[in-house]
Amino acid sequence: MPEAQAPRRTIIEFRHITKRFGPVTAVDDVSLTIEEGEFFALLGPSGCGKTTLLRMLAGFEMPTRGSILIDGKDITRAPPNARPVNMVFQSYAVFPHLDVMRNIEYGLRMEGAGTAERRERAEAALAMVQLEGYGDRMPDQLSGGQRQRVALARAIVKRPRVLLLDEPLSALDAKLREELRFELSALQDKLGITFVMVTHDQDEALALATRCAVMHKGSLMQVATPADLYEFPASRLVADFIGSVNLFEGRVEVDESDHAVIDLPEVGVKAWLDHGTGASGTVQIWLALRPEKVELHKRANGSGPPTMEGTPAGHNVLKGTILDIAYLGSESVYDVRLEGGKRVRVIRPNLTRWDQEDFTWDEEVWLGWHAEAAHVLLA
Amino acid sequence: MREKPGLLDYGRRWPLRLVMAAVGLFLYLPLVVLVVMSFNDSKRTTIWRGFTLDWYAAVFRDVELIQALVNSLTIAALSTLLSLGLGTLAAIALWRFRFPGRTLVQGGFALPIVVPEVCMGVALLIFFARVMPWPMGLPWPLSLGAIVIAHVAFSFPFVTVVVRARLASFDRAQEEAARDLGAGQWQALRDVVIPHLRPALLAGALLAFTLSLDDFVITFFTAGPDTVTFPVKVYSMVRFSVTPKVNAISTMLLLFTILLTFLALRLQARAEAEKRV
Repeated sequence: MPEAQAPRRTIIEFRHITKRFGPVTAVDDVSLTIEEGEFFALLGPSGCGKTTLLRMLAGFEMPTRGSILIDGKDITRAPPNARPVNMVFQSYAVFPHLDVMRNIEYGLRMEGAGTAERRERAEAALAMVQLEGYGDRMPDQLSGGQRQRVALARAIVKRPRVLLLDEPLSALDAKLREELRFELSALQDKLGITFVMVTHDQDEALALATRCAVMHKGSLMQVATPADLYEFPASRLVADFIGSVNLFEGRVEVDESDHAVIDLPEVGVKAWLDHGTGASGTVQIWLALRPEKVELHKRANGSGPPTMEGTPAGHNVLKGTILDIAYLGSESVYDVRLEGGKRVRVIRPNLTRWDQEDFTWDEEVWLGWHAEAAHVLLA
Repeated sequence: MREKPGLLDYGRRWPLRLVMAAVGLFLYLPLVVLVVMSFNDSKRTTIWRGFTLDWYAAVFRDVELIQALVNSLTIAALSTLLSLGLGTLAAIALWRFRFPGRTLVQGGFALPIVVPEVCMGVALLIFFARVMPWPMGLPWPLSLGAIVIAHVAFSFPFVTVVVRARLASFDRAQEEAARDLGAGQWQALRDVVIPHLRPALLAGALLAFTLSLDDFVITFFTAGPDTVTFPVKVYSMVRFSVTPKVNAISTMLLLFTILLTFLALRLQARAEAEKRV
């Protein structure tokens, strides 16, 4: 459940923001507050409205309805150059005809800063992104990752209240992406500036953000910490978008404060949870089970079902056959078909260099999960 | 074994080489003759009598011809400047804004490119005769006003086309980045959009300059008796007789144009190199 945090100051406030492009509603009545010092991620598939929301914050789009406040000041209609925010563009948008130093100094020149101050602050920003000595390079002499850093330096040198990042890592290769991910995190710690990032990459959002908003078709689906998004998704949509998930239709049979029993008619088994669901007994619910929270057990010689930790015998176990195994190095993914035909995905970390239990194709297995492994979804 | 020459492997198939040579000859032989004959020591232009520079000297003695040349260069310079400004603004407007009748306006801008020059000439003649007569007897550069206006009218669409094409490759995020970093709309235009357009501006300027410099038809309709341009003057000279003097001045003009193009290419190459190094 959400951890209690010291109350922080609200820095950004979206109030009932709607944005239409002709007949298309890109953002639909979104209200959201972001607190000072957060690393906030707007997460969603392409076309969900996350970029439009960011662009309205930067001043490149005007909302059709609603208002945006920064530090309590209404900046809904303010031009981009009159907002205390700076952006790192997806394409970086480094000025190709200016060298690195002049790129970084550009914003300071617009502020009317003197030559000495400009130079000093630009050098500091270059050092911050580890590009010392690159000041006289032209942008097309830089690699993608370096250009990215120039874009970052150019934005933070302005000391904005909020730094906006539009898909900051999407154009980089996997290795570099991981590296810059840590650097972005460290940079935010060092600067203490509020970061707002747009991304379609859930890994990126989970790894970087202190809080995420999941968007879908212009609406907010859920706003929560990465751990809460993953472990306590609010809906099937969020559960499915963040990581992968096994979903079972179910009906609440027993719902007490310290445990619940859920009938899963689809697979003919009852699930035992170590907490109440808060859902009244009759409604249709879904049981969400992350692949890494499902265990594989041998079924050799007709051995009976294992008893899962914290559950009465016969609960939380399913019979199945391994259809396929994908070896991914750090872990293996098992595609298991249940007796009724439903497929369940199981992930096991490869703790040793070869599988001690030697699960193999077409093997009949038991699937089981702990009392605290599954999560109930109401929508 | 050598590979068989490809279908369009010009350099390696002799019939194609022959065609290439013929095309080259067709394109450049008249120019070569023109240049050679400008040094011909004869009043007739077709028979070689020996080398002389007299015709070049004669050109510089011909006050009317020089005046016509100065007129032409002045008109070309002025109309280039105006076309560049107008054409660039038009291109930016068409690129940036979605407004009702945009397609119509775009077509309207392109019209002078396709309208036959004679029609344009007659239209401008009537315009300056009836609608907005250009005052007579103005001091020199002002007296060229009507022709400058006419030249701007037909050359700015070319600038628009060239600039518009270049704008298509502009990353709007760069302009947004400038705004984001504190630039106003004009500053962003000046600092980011214009530098991106530089090669197109250069190409557009060259185009406008050469179009203006050698335009005959439209100028013929709009020129008054005291505003004779170089092509019009040459035409009137040729009507009496083609003397090597015409060859001489044509050669000089040719040299000037080649020099200008060469310079423009050099500038552009250096800009590219600066970006790379």
